[in-house]
Amino acid sequence: MVWLELLSDYTFQNVVIGASLLGLISGPLGCFAVLRRQSLLGDAISHAALPGICLSFIITGSRDIGGIIMGSLITGSAAALIMLMLTRLSRLKTDAALGACLSIFFAVGIVLLTYIQSTNNASQGGLEAFLFGQAAATLRSDLWVMGSITLVTLLLLAVFWKQAKLVTFDAEYARTLGMPITVIEASLTAMVALAVVVGLQMVGVILMAAMIVAPAAAARQWSRHLGGMLTIAAGVGIVSGVSGATISTLSRGLATGPLIVLTATAIVLISLALAPGRGLLWGVIKHYRQKSALQKQQLLYALYKHSADPSCAPSTLGSRRMLNKLKQQGYLTRSPRGATPSDDGWGLTAQGQAEARRVIAAFEELAS
Amino acid sequence: MATSDLTDTALSIKNLTVSYHNQPVLWDIDLDIPAGVMAGIVGPNGAGKSTLIKSLLGLVPSLSGEVMVHGRPYATQRKRVGYVPQRSSVDWDFPTTALDVVTMGLYGRLGWLKRPGRKERHEAQEALEMVGMSAMAERQISQLSGGQQQRVFLARALVQQADVYFLDEPMAGVDATTERAIIDILRRLRDAGKTLIVVHHDLQTVRTYFDWLLLLNVRVIASGKAEEVFKIDHLRQAYGGQIALLNDNESLMFSASKVK
Repeated sequence: MVWLELLSDYTFQNVVIGASLLGLISGPLGCFAVLRRQSLLGDAISHAALPGICLSFIITGSRDIGGIIMGSLITGSAAALIMLMLTRLSRLKTDAALGACLSIFFAVGIVLLTYIQSTNNASQGGLEAFLFGQAAATLRSDLWVMGSITLVTLLLLAVFWKQAKLVTFDAEYARTLGMPITVIEASLTAMVALAVVVGLQMVGVILMAAMIVAPAAAARQWSRHLGGMLTIAAGVGIVSGVSGATISTLSRGLATGPLIVLTATAIVLISLALAPGRGLLWGVIKHYRQKSALQKQQLLYALYKHSADPSCAPSTLGSRRMLNKLKQQGYLTRSPRGATPSDDGWGLTAQGQAEARRVIAAFEELAS
Repeated sequence: MATSDLTDTALSIKNLTVSYHNQPVLWDIDLDIPAGVMAGIVGPNGAGKSTLIKSLLGLVPSLSGEVMVHGRPYATQRKRVGYVPQRSSVDWDFPTTALDVVTMGLYGRLGWLKRPGRKERHEAQEALEMVGMSAMAERQISQLSGGQQQRVFLARALVQQADVYFLDEPMAGVDATTERAIIDILRRLRDAGKTLIVVHHDLQTVRTYFDWLLLLNVRVIASGKAEEVFKIDHLRQAYGGQIALLNDNESLMFSASKVK
């Protein structure tokens, strides 16, 4: 019953739809940002949105969402542009330029924010909510704006899919095919700024970078194609948005934005550990399997080649365990006699001999 | 489109100068490469070999210069030019398959909005077959070996069906089998009347691979038919002291070749 009540709750509906829209746009665009090695560009853009929000408030005198979007887009893009110019024209490296841009714009934003607060304007209440987001304050009208931005952005991506993909993989080659790569790269960056704008209300400027990076990082673990990666990233974004919003509503009072980010991070950790092929666990299993197979081959090979010379019999603990395992599998026999102290009496069965010959044949083929 | 007529000029460069941080990387390059040859660009490290190719393709800005492909400005001739970049220029952990990378070679022909379909995939598959990689079509590119990655890049250029191909160190870091396979494909293309312009670093194989040579060290040291350019005086001029070792073993160097 509590679920039914929850689903019909106006605020909860708004928060869940908003969080889903955020996941839907930040996941796919995050993929391009991560693959272009510009994950932190999203961080710079989102921090740089704060002065834009404040300026728009100072100019319009209200918290109108249109003005806030315009303001944050302008200062966010300005930060991205200045960053790119710094790396091109000065000797600063990308990370240094990014760090400088991010903190300067954010500092200006905080100064403007405190200035607005000092003017005691009644309608300024809650402007600082854009720092960490204030999902519960989302209005239906906000959702329409967020939805339109998401729809337009995803449509643009779908139409110029080829260009976005090739420029991300190999920009120089794209240029030799006559693609205007500067325009395409700038558009991809502008779209990240749009995703940031969608997330302002939900998770705020400080944590927004996580929504760009986390779904993409998780999706890369599970996907073999760019299209699949984008779809999974959108899914991860939506799932973390919805579950973060639900946990927050059920717990009454825990902040929504950080919970969304934490859910996304949990999915990333699970993906890093478990994803087939790329996951850490998978790597560990594969390592031990290969090691065991190699040890088996080596033992069979040694016993086959040096069957007349018992002194080479293995005596380490690991190889003893392997010998017993091979005996169970029917490759080896152990005669009780043991003529000399060093002779353990291990010998190949007919099956073991055949397997050893196969190993040797395969090895020689590899070497030739 | 292309004729294998040797009097035709595939690539013509006039007065090309490129600088980086106010240092000239390429200085006053004048060059004509006839059609239907396999041309090698050879020179020491930092001679500007890769920069030359990149500035021809407009990937590196040039201070001055004019590039003509088959008698017309390069910008109007993009469809007749194929490019094989250095393997290390991209991130091979990109989530895609070998076949998909080869299909990218057709994006220019498809124009702005059209998507690759069955016909394009078929062409890409054929190009993969030419480089002996048809079994690897659906393999993730991150799982390919260095030589296989190089073949995929070559197939991506082949699918363009260009007349002039630029290849940036296609033989760098590949094993002998792949090197032989690549050189075989390039020779087949040349025999079909295409022009191949290859940045190469291994002096041992220069004479056997190329019929036309550009010896480069910021300026053009010598250019022309391989047997006329590949002379010890020219090499010493291009490489400076580094070539001293070859002086005594000139004859040895000429006979030492991997591919017959």
